[in-house]
Amino acid sequence: MSVRTEEMVLNMGPQHPSTHGVLRLELTLDGEIITKVVPHIGYLHRCFEKHCEVMSYPQVIPYTDRMDYLAAMGNELGYVIGVEKLLRIQVPERVEYIRVIMAELQRIASHLVAIGTYGADIGAFTPFLYCFRDRERILNLFEITCGARLLYNYIWVGGLSHDLHPDFVRLTKEFIKEFKPNLRELNNLLTYNKIFIDRTANVGILPLETAINFGVTGPMLRASGLKWDLRKDDTYSVYNKFDFDIPIGEGKMGTVGDSWDRYYVRVLEMEESLKIIEQAIETLPDGDVTSAIPKKIKPPVGHVYSRVENPRGELGYFIISDGSTSPFRVKVRAPSFVNLQIMDELCRGHLVADVIAILGSVDIVLGEVDR
Amino acid sequence: MRAYFNNIFTALITIFVGMKVTLRHLFTPSVTIQYPDVKLPLPERERNRLYVNMDDCIGCDQCARACPVNCIEIETVKSLPGEDLGKTSNGKKKALWVTKFTIDFAKCCYCQLCVFPCPTECIYMTDVYEFSEYDRNNLIYDFATLTPQERQEKIENFRKFSEEKEKQKAKTDKSE
Amino acid sequence: MIYDFLNDLTGSPFIAGTITALLPLFAFILPFALFAVLLERKVAGHMQDRLGPMRVGYHGILQTVADIIKLIQKEDIIARNNDKLLFNIAPVLTFAGSYAAFAAIPFSSVFLGANIDLGIFYIIAVTGLVVAGILMAGWASNNKYSLLGAMRSAAQIISYEIPTILVVLSIVMLTGTMSLYDLSESQTSYFWNWYLLGGPEFEIQKFLLIPFMLIGFLIIYISTLAEVNRTPFDIPEAESELVSGYHTEYSGMKFAMFFLAEYANMFAVSAIVVALFLGGYQSPFGYLGNLLNINWLIPLEQFFWFTFKGIFFVFVQMWLRWTLPRLRVDQLMAASWKYLIPIAFFNLLIIGIISIL
Ligand code: SF4
Ligand code: SF4
Repeated sequence: MSVRTEEMVLNMGPQHPSTHGVLRLELTLDGEIITKVVPHIGYLHRCFEKHCEVMSYPQVIPYTDRMDYLAAMGNELGYVIGVEKLLRIQVPERVEYIRVIMAELQRIASHLVAIGTYGADIGAFTPFLYCFRDRERILNLFEITCGARLLYNYIWVGGLSHDLHPDFVRLTKEFIKEFKPNLRELNNLLTYNKIFIDRTANVGILPLETAINFGVTGPMLRASGLKWDLRKDDTYSVYNKFDFDIPIGEGKMGTVGDSWDRYYVRVLEMEESLKIIEQAIETLPDGDVTSAIPKKIKPPVGHVYSRVENPRGELGYFIISDGSTSPFRVKVRAPSFVNLQIMDELCRGHLVADVIAILGSVDIVLGEVDR
Repeated sequence: MRAYFNNIFTALITIFVGMKVTLRHLFTPSVTIQYPDVKLPLPERERNRLYVNMDDCIGCDQCARACPVNCIEIETVKSLPGEDLGKTSNGKKKALWVTKFTIDFAKCCYCQLCVFPCPTECIYMTDVYEFSEYDRNNLIYDFATLTPQERQEKIENFRKFSEEKEKQKAKTDKSE
Repeated sequence: MIYDFLNDLTGSPFIAGTITALLPLFAFILPFALFAVLLERKVAGHMQDRLGPMRVGYHGILQTVADIIKLIQKEDIIARNNDKLLFNIAPVLTFAGSYAAFAAIPFSSVFLGANIDLGIFYIIAVTGLVVAGILMAGWASNNKYSLLGAMRSAAQIISYEIPTILVVLSIVMLTGTMSLYDLSESQTSYFWNWYLLGGPEFEIQKFLLIPFMLIGFLIIYISTLAEVNRTPFDIPEAESELVSGYHTEYSGMKFAMFFLAEYANMFAVSAIVVALFLGGYQSPFGYLGNLLNINWLIPLEQFFWFTFKGIFFVFVQMWLRWTLPRLRVDQLMAASWKYLIPIAFFNLLIIGIISIL
């Protein structure tokens, strides 16, 4: 005898505490078991790509900030590298170093948000605030350098808007020294907590094959066990000068590619970023950061694809130039957008509570998904 | 069976470790401040509300063109030959009456792109960040120093002047 | 007892009864809720390196009063598709359930609403009303999140009642009484007489009992935590999943009722734990009143010790809440059925065997 059950459609979002912005997930439930997830996006669409077509090249930079607003430095870096390729200009060594330092600080800041909000999704609110406390210090570093805390417009085509603040090196060293014990404390409080492990290990397992087929990148791909990091595999800026590892998921608490692995890869990546920053600060060359900024940015006709490893994955810009002062077309390959597709695949057969755990481990930023 | 007791054991241990962490934080001083009473010092590169020093502005419109969101609006009138508008602090001669210079801070994204191209460095960012308003229109700041009558007058003057010039031109054209 | 005293004073059992019934509400629950909400926010704040409320009064001590005033002023929103009758009854029922439990809680040897012989049984039975209230709230809200929260809550409270009862049973078996008054009286004034440390009988059994009493104490604390829906068992109102579960649709005073019920419940379960294991209202080090020969001081001291112990366990509940993530529904059930119930059951057996030795 079979019991006739009815499926229930539950709308999660766009106003929901843990959809990380204005995402609407249409869940089809059988009891509390998920049978289908359909993400509905577009609530935060701001026509970034269309805007670019009427902006001059430098004017696009503030707009790139607003895509992945938790990793604005990375967004700028990707765009600027693309335009520099079009212009065929070489930037001074010091500029590259500072860019790397900023991008890595930004990676830590972004991962702190990812980890903290993930903890809050799972129900532990305290780590969230500890993470924000540490992120605050990174934002302060950005603030003394360029005056803005979130949306910097700092990395410019051919250079930087400001040189480092005289105190920057000292403060960064202080930050690194104080951040390391905090990271250990975070691990004690959250990472190795039995309840946290139970909630995340073996939940939303993403096999490597599927991850590649879906075009998933960033910490998600690495958590599934592939050592793929553009900083090493398609190196840009001066990343090849630094010595760092690429952490991958090992299935320490469950299966390779589960939510805990995705979370833990981010924790490990923060440590690697600290290593890079330490090395870069030690070997920071002298120079003028504004000398290579072109007076008029008017790239020759052509197109370019530039990609960088953003905290959320591969961020790509495809820029077509028609020889005028504004790009003919800018297409963005947004990592969050691509990673979000995997939701349905990961959530099927899990409980409602797991959707939150999985969505948190995918770590999307709606500004980037919708652009 | 071992896994069973192991589970209980790790659960209790990790809970106690976590509780130790939070208990320690109960007695560490807080990192937050009481905002309106206490304010953090702002770094000197702080990027907040713009200010335009009109004494130095030559009305060249470069800042407006650099702005990605078009929130600066500038209108200028040419000065008449006899008028002396003075000089800017770095020695540039002013030649335009700025009859309108508004910045809409509701639109401004504080990107600082307008600051760099200014030839006289008269538009810059200050550290004022508490300027919220109940009405959006109040966020449109007018920096032009001329009074409305003066503005009208300058526009009139220039119109008259150019008309005269036209006439004169027409006359000379005719006489030729 | 207070009731007899008032009865003599006024000569009317009705007035005496009403006053005795209302006394815990005004003398204790409301002030306690005001205090506990503030404590919760302060504890949360300081654990998270924040300050918590600071604006209203010195270090924010009047914050909850301000909040209550705000809640009273709020519009009472009832959505069109709510089941109005159930929607209105539910908060009252939930509050009544937790309030009724206070009747049998022994605050001190003279302040005890009703000294019933089945005290502990009564409390466990009457707090079951809370489930009905929550289910009603979830159903009447006509909101999918509320419904899910209510279902979860019902399942959770029912399955966690079993380990609670098993542990209570072991104490009842040991002492042969269900009256909370007798239980507290028997753990006379020094802490080595507490049941947590084997009870007042000073024999070999006492020492054999200690580890099992500790286990029993842990189990009852964990399962009562689950019964009042506190983290890590707060899945019925898990704000990151179900917005806020069964009280999503409530606003204003009705929401405040749920809130009050939650805090009253927190104290009620702590009080049970205290009465069973930690000597109830008895002081751990003897009484100042005995020392100074002031008789009326003793009940006050007892009241102080009881609330102190109760609030301490409420504090631990808060401490846990701001430390731990929350479990998932199935894990929650597993924790009860696979861990707590078997352990509590064996514990009961062993305590039984030891007590007949
Ligand atoms: S700061 Fe940016 S947005 Fe604001 S006025 Fe200047 S250029 Fe425009
Ligand atoms: S760029 Fe400077 S001088 Fe030119 S209009 Fe703007 S503020 Fe005035």
